[in-house]
Amino acid sequence: MDWTLLIVQLLNGLQLGVLLFLLAAGLTLIFGIMDFINLAHGSLYMVGAYFCATFTEFLDSFLLGVLVALPLTFLVGLVVEIVIARPLYGRDHLDHVLATFGVILFFDALVHLVWGPEGYAIPLPAFLDGQVGLALGLVLPTYRVLIIAVGLFIALGLYMVVSWTRVGMLIRAGASNRRMVAALGVNIDLLFTFVFAGGAVLAGVAGLLIAPITEANIGMGNDILLVAFVVIIIGGIGSIRGAFVAAILIGLIDTMGRSFLDDFMKLFLSNQNAETAAPAFSAMLIYVLMAAILYFRPQGMFPPRVR
Amino acid sequence: MSGLTLRSGVTFGSLAFLAIVPPLTGAMDAPFVLDIVMRMLCLAIAAISLNLILGYGGMISFGHAAYIGIGAYAVGIPAYYEVYSGFLQIPLAVGMAALFALVTGFICLRTRGVHFIMITLAFAQMAFFTFVSIEEYGGDDGLVIDFKSEFIGWLDLEEPVTLYYVIFVCLLGTIYLVKRVVASRFGMVIQGTMGNEARMRALGYNVFLYRLICYVISGAICGLAGALLGNFTGFISPEMMDWTRSGELIFMVVLGGSGSLFGPVLGTAVFVIAEEYLTPMMNLFAAGSGVYWHIVFGPFLVLVVLFGRRGIDGLLDGRGHRDD
Repeated sequence: MDWTLLIVQLLNGLQLGVLLFLLAAGLTLIFGIMDFINLAHGSLYMVGAYFCATFTEFLDSFLLGVLVALPLTFLVGLVVEIVIARPLYGRDHLDHVLATFGVILFFDALVHLVWGPEGYAIPLPAFLDGQVGLALGLVLPTYRVLIIAVGLFIALGLYMVVSWTRVGMLIRAGASNRRMVAALGVNIDLLFTFVFAGGAVLAGVAGLLIAPITEANIGMGNDILLVAFVVIIIGGIGSIRGAFVAAILIGLIDTMGRSFLDDFMKLFLSNQNAETAAPAFSAMLIYVLMAAILYFRPQGMFPPRVR
Repeated sequence: MSGLTLRSGVTFGSLAFLAIVPPLTGAMDAPFVLDIVMRMLCLAIAAISLNLILGYGGMISFGHAAYIGIGAYAVGIPAYYEVYSGFLQIPLAVGMAALFALVTGFICLRTRGVHFIMITLAFAQMAFFTFVSIEEYGGDDGLVIDFKSEFIGWLDLEEPVTLYYVIFVCLLGTIYLVKRVVASRFGMVIQGTMGNEARMRALGYNVFLYRLICYVISGAICGLAGALLGNFTGFISPEMMDWTRSGELIFMVVLGGSGSLFGPVLGTAVFVIAEEYLTPMMNLFAAGSGVYWHIVFGPFLVLVVLFGRRGIDGLLDGRGHRDD
């Protein structure tokens, strides 16, 4: 086997993993604290990417585009929380799924209306567009290294906020028992709103990070959202640590499956069979993993303690 | 339940209307309307099957479109090998859907709540990717069915009116079957497990087994719906089991009124009408705006969830509120 290729693919898997974590972190907190299934989380990912694309072009700078896109995504998150999510807390999951499914349709059509059906590319500034040499003669695109670094940095920051600050303490307390937190005099509605909008920003960050590679396009959030749900289910709903471990795991498994499964299957299948079966099986791999984990551990790997 | 209520009036009125759609569209020379109604009937069967587990059993399946796809491919794959016998295709569709439900249900039903929603979705995605990857049967692009199911000269499904009545009779059969299932002792146990699972277990019922059987019945009916839909469209593709399709099925059930016998049919009707006519209607107001019909439809969905909690059936009941 080619070791350079293996390491490059490992890093690609890590890149997918950190992006998934950015999405899953918000999703798992919203879910864990408010017991709210937000299918529209992927729409915020898409909206973040489109805002960034627009303002990058308008201001002629990727960094300024990012700086403008994030507060705007935060605002969109606030609006979605106040208008759609808040009336639905305490209703059953079916209502959440349906209403946020409606929000997805709305946002996809709205983006279509405003930005048109074509994808929207984000040009990278020159200093991010090059390649960077790593140890062992490896050469990687600078921007991919940046995504991994930013993702890990945000993960660390989030971990510190949730573990060590007062807000983080309230978030954790809310995930374990929100009625008790409210009874102790915490304005839980306000906390919910900010967690929701904060999650929206994280989703937006993921969207605008990937957009220079894939272009911002309609429906970009829908496929990755399903994977992010797999992540939070495997990781245990409400657990940031679980989301992180599961996101990296899923990112690696998915990427490795897509690149090496056909070679692996050729070991015990005919070449032709392996080549047709491998893409399907690698796309399924994460769902198989989720089904297996749910079968043996219905609560996920790291469920938050006490309910 | 006895006597002529608004609800039973609407039920029988709708069924009577559906029975005379072919002569009506024939007289008006509007075959496309017949097509729309046929598609609606196929989806209505699927919605009723979903309602059986969702509305009566509290099992929110977010992967029900997979059974439509399985049923459709059970018609399409034999047709690809030039086997057109409906006596093979239809039982195959129902059997494969039931088998898929049995295997996945065995795993899914170990979970509850959101985990159940997500694991049913996961299995539907696996089915979706399976069919996307099989190049032999068209992969992403799908498969054209050249000839519809054949029933040795008894029925000619190539004739739209015959096909319509076959689908209509299947719908009637499905409604009757679900009515009997729900009213049976079995159905009572299923509804009991939705109300209070622990109590049913304490009463000595094997809740898992009851749920599994209900899940398999639902999957099998939905497989039939898929086989009919495949026959109707003459073209099948993995897109039929896309997860958004599953979402739409849930919407049809909830809009019509989950846990009501005829509600899903009404919900499906509203959905199909919105899908077909919102575009031209919006084009009337602003030319070209019809492409964006989801801008109207999405918020409509949200409003239904927020305010119409018992769906259309709840309105017909005269109360309009969930009795909780």
